[in-house]
Amino acid sequence: MTPRPMNLLIPLAASALLLAGCAAGDPLADGSASGSASGSASAAPAGPIVVGSQDYYSNEIIAEIYAQALEAEGYEVDRQFRIGQREAYLPEIEAGAIDLFPEYTGPLLQFWQPETAARLSDDVFAELEGAVPEGLRVLAQSEATDQDSYVVTRGFADEWELVTVADLEKVTTPLTLGANSEAETRPNGPLGLAEKYGIEVGFTPIEDSGGPLTVKALQDGDIQLAIIYTADPTIAQNDLVSLEDNEGLFLASHVVPLASDDVDESAEAIIDAVSAAMGADDLIALNDRSVTEQLPAADIAEAWLAEEGLA
Amino acid sequence: MNLIAEALAWLADPTHWSGAAGIPVRVGQHMSMTVAAVLLAAVVAVPAGVAVGHTRRGAGAVASATGAARAIPSLGLLTLFGLWLGIGLEASLLTLVVLAVPSLLAGVYSGFMAVDPAIPQAARAVGFSAAQVVWRVETPLALPVMLGGLRAATLQVVATATLAAYTADFGLGRYLFAGLKTRDYAQMLGGSLVVIALALLLEVALATCQRLSYRIADPAGARRTSPSPT
Repeated sequence: MTPRPMNLLIPLAASALLLAGCAAGDPLADGSASGSASGSASAAPAGPIVVGSQDYYSNEIIAEIYAQALEAEGYEVDRQFRIGQREAYLPEIEAGAIDLFPEYTGPLLQFWQPETAARLSDDVFAELEGAVPEGLRVLAQSEATDQDSYVVTRGFADEWELVTVADLEKVTTPLTLGANSEAETRPNGPLGLAEKYGIEVGFTPIEDSGGPLTVKALQDGDIQLAIIYTADPTIAQNDLVSLEDNEGLFLASHVVPLASDDVDESAEAIIDAVSAAMGADDLIALNDRSVTEQLPAADIAEAWLAEEGLA
Repeated sequence: MNLIAEALAWLADPTHWSGAAGIPVRVGQHMSMTVAAVLLAAVVAVPAGVAVGHTRRGAGAVASATGAARAIPSLGLLTLFGLWLGIGLEASLLTLVVLAVPSLLAGVYSGFMAVDPAIPQAARAVGFSAAQVVWRVETPLALPVMLGGLRAATLQVVATATLAAYTADFGLGRYLFAGLKTRDYAQMLGGSLVVIALALLLEVALATCQRLSYRIADPAGARRTSPSPT
């Protein structure tokens, strides 16, 4: 073994070089390098707070808001945005490579506890607080949600005075749900509606995930109900109405910051203020600016923080 | 191999062969869509092809137009038509018609143009009217090539008719979309196998028709020669 260390060192050095080379663009490089070097993931508290985001435009805007709010109070921030899906970035957060990440309560809980029965906002958040691994914590959840919801047109909602999903029982004409075909067999489709609300609906597959064809079908009256994300600007642009889901047909998915222990109390207070200020409509408006005005996340975040008086 | 076994098991399951979402119903929907699309396409393509082939004018323009039309992506076209006509079967039917027209048109006009020009001229010389030349001289001679176009169009349409399920509860494409989204690959592959079987069946039937048509094109001659070299 003794004459061999060079053989080991060469690939190690090579990979270290590679990692260093990628560091600017690859958010995972930092974590792997420090993890193997020191063996302990705890960075110096004085170092920058590493803020990450999913590869999803709305999530990036929220991450940018966190970053700018922290910077405004004198924190140093390292942005590692557009990392990918939960499977890719959560191990990095757990390893301590990322300190702050905008997450969504329901899907995050299901990542750690796939069997959970919690659906409603408060239940999900309570369970989530217990499910978070050591060294991490979730800060207060925001009012803003990004979750599946049943939507109807404004005209249809007014005609039958619809506010919640349960109100659909007042509708005496036949109802048809239009959604991706998987909804037909999943619990958030006609089966769940019948089970949780006792409402029978027909089903038409429209395979564009709540996109323009679904909106067109709603407006034409070919379908009365569709499944669209609550934070999707489509809802406001086409004057659609999301029905409130009081029975937990859809998994509650509030925006929630996932933070490591490197986020100290005063940083937490800054992020909490952001979460408190961000209402459901704010998130929709932020997404809308990204979709319709094609503005970069940094500009949208800056304008919103100024508007809210947070930076 | 395991997946194929699962797909075969899915196909063998008797519950998939009955009811409104069963394979026979879906096959019937799929076939009716295919037949309707090809017939509607023929209404457009056959007169146009006959006009071009009979007059022997405009073949270059038609060839480039049909060539370009073949490059249109069907799913994109379906979305476009869907935004115009709304969900349901009209948009997918129209998409399939657009898909079928180029092959049919090419079959008709190239069949007509492949007829030796001396033959229709001779027919005219002995007193045939233009309609008689088309109907009794050129059409029989062009039939094998025309049926070749029909074969190509039908094959494309039967395979692409799965798109009807994109915006409607219709046809064999339902198994493909539902299987894809729920990772039920046995269902997806099983549905694909049914589409493949249907396509092969239609192909064999139309190939047989095409072979028979050589007898009409050349009753006296050898069975399997092309009607006429150009």
